[in-house]
Amino acid sequence: MAKRIDVKDLDIYYGDFKAVEGVSLTVEPRSVTAFIGPSGCGKSTVLRTLNRMHEVIPGGRVEGKVTLDDQDLYASSMDPVAVRRTVGMVFQRPNPFPTMSIRDNVAAGLRLNGVKNKKKLDEVVERSLKGANLWNEVKDRLDKPGAGLSGGQQQRLCIARAIAVEPQVLLMDEPCSALDPISTLAIEDLINDLKSQYTIVIVTHNMQQAARVSDQTAFFNLKATGQPGRLVEVADTQKIFSNPTQKATEDYISGRFG
Amino acid sequence: MSAVRTLDESAPPATTGVDDFGGKSTGRALTDQLARVVMWAAFVIALIPLVWILGTTVLKGGQMLLDASWWGNSQSGITARRVGGGAVHAIQGTLIQAFVTALISVPIGVLTAVYLVEYGRGRLAKTVSFMVDILTGIPSIVAALFIYAVWVVTFGFQRIGFAVCLALTMLMIPTVVRSTEEMLKLVPNELREASYALGVPKWKTIMKIVIPTSFSGIVTGVLLGLARVMGETAPLIILGPYTKVIATNLFDGLMATLPTMIYQEYSENLQPAVDRVWGAALTLILIIFLLNILGRFVGRFSKVRN
Repeated sequence: MAKRIDVKDLDIYYGDFKAVEGVSLTVEPRSVTAFIGPSGCGKSTVLRTLNRMHEVIPGGRVEGKVTLDDQDLYASSMDPVAVRRTVGMVFQRPNPFPTMSIRDNVAAGLRLNGVKNKKKLDEVVERSLKGANLWNEVKDRLDKPGAGLSGGQQQRLCIARAIAVEPQVLLMDEPCSALDPISTLAIEDLINDLKSQYTIVIVTHNMQQAARVSDQTAFFNLKATGQPGRLVEVADTQKIFSNPTQKATEDYISGRFG
Repeated sequence: MSAVRTLDESAPPATTGVDDFGGKSTGRALTDQLARVVMWAAFVIALIPLVWILGTTVLKGGQMLLDASWWGNSQSGITARRVGGGAVHAIQGTLIQAFVTALISVPIGVLTAVYLVEYGRGRLAKTVSFMVDILTGIPSIVAALFIYAVWVVTFGFQRIGFAVCLALTMLMIPTVVRSTEEMLKLVPNELREASYALGVPKWKTIMKIVIPTSFSGIVTGVLLGLARVMGETAPLIILGPYTKVIATNLFDGLMATLPTMIYQEYSENLQPAVDRVWGAALTLILIIFLLNILGRFVGRFSKVRN
């Protein structure tokens, strides 16, 4: 299922403004990679280029190469819609569709792409909700609105919705920043379970979280104020947090800035 | 003013430390009181004409509506001097024309709004938006004369109900565009992104996520726009002259409507006709009122659930 991501010399622009410069990194299949760094350094921007969501923003474009198991995501023949089916995404704020029930939210990806078989949809809903550790909490009220759940449940619903389309890679953009510690723990446990099947990239502001959940950590920083963001260092999480090679990384993780 | 006093009293009683905060500023309390009075006065002044119109219309026209023949007969064969007859011909005409107007304006208006919010970038979108602004400002008589110039003068067609619908469409499209635009803008971008991230194409995201989420708002906007054009009179006088008989064909002959019925009966200046003016006015108000209620009702049964 899971695929390997290779990013090479990636420059990311908003219109004429170069937001991120020269990112190269590799994400191994069935592993968790965390992006850390101060606000505005381009972590989320880089994340969004991995499923071509960056170009949804007017003026957004990239230069460089992103490959998924040797498939060039930015090849001219590549359909961004197909890319997004392969690389799923969970957002910072839980965003269940307000017009849909819990069941329909989970099934949305399949239904909107034309799957009508009710039996298959029900199977997928159950499997995805179980996969997102939410099944036991909602199995008796699948027809209730998804927006009626608590914040943590909504976020797990969004994860269920993302894994229902069976992506190869799961991107998470600060998935716990709007959640309380208990819900955060639930999501972190879930990330641990999910990594046996998916390649996961997670953006987080919480360094303890990065240390807890990830195998590999990438530290991003701005070159200087007004300059594009760049990847300072990427290595095993253990190494980044115990023995980083760059001074900036050490300063950041030890809390000396940012 | 008694409401004001209870509000003040409901404030938590000051126990200790009042002096530390310097007590309550009398100047500010006075300003607050003044602002309250001005606000209530403005509200009441704004309400006076509304209540007045509604009261007068109900008092003078209510009697007509209680008569079964009002809802069952036309004015066929009834002269201004005679009491009786009904408004069925005019009610039907107004409803038919409103329906056809909506049928033309809603798709155009909603699609224009979708273009402006979801796709529109650069010069074309700016031009479209500017044109909609201009259309919004067009007086109804100008829209009517424009259609007259095209329909009657240029093409040489007859003055028929459908020409009225065209003029009303010109007046309704901008209100539909503007209200739909506002509703679509209210849909959080995160929902669109969530849908894209599931590999759902943009057009499907708009059809299945954006429009359903804002559906009740769009319907309310459409109904309010419809209520507004139903009361338009200038296009009717110029393009759709009154007739006393029931006529339901938009493409042939004259067609009665409530505004033209009011205009016609008013020009007679005889008591039975004047009574019918009030009756028709109240009927029109009632229909528009029902449309508004319907709008609220749809809003309550929105698919957005919490």
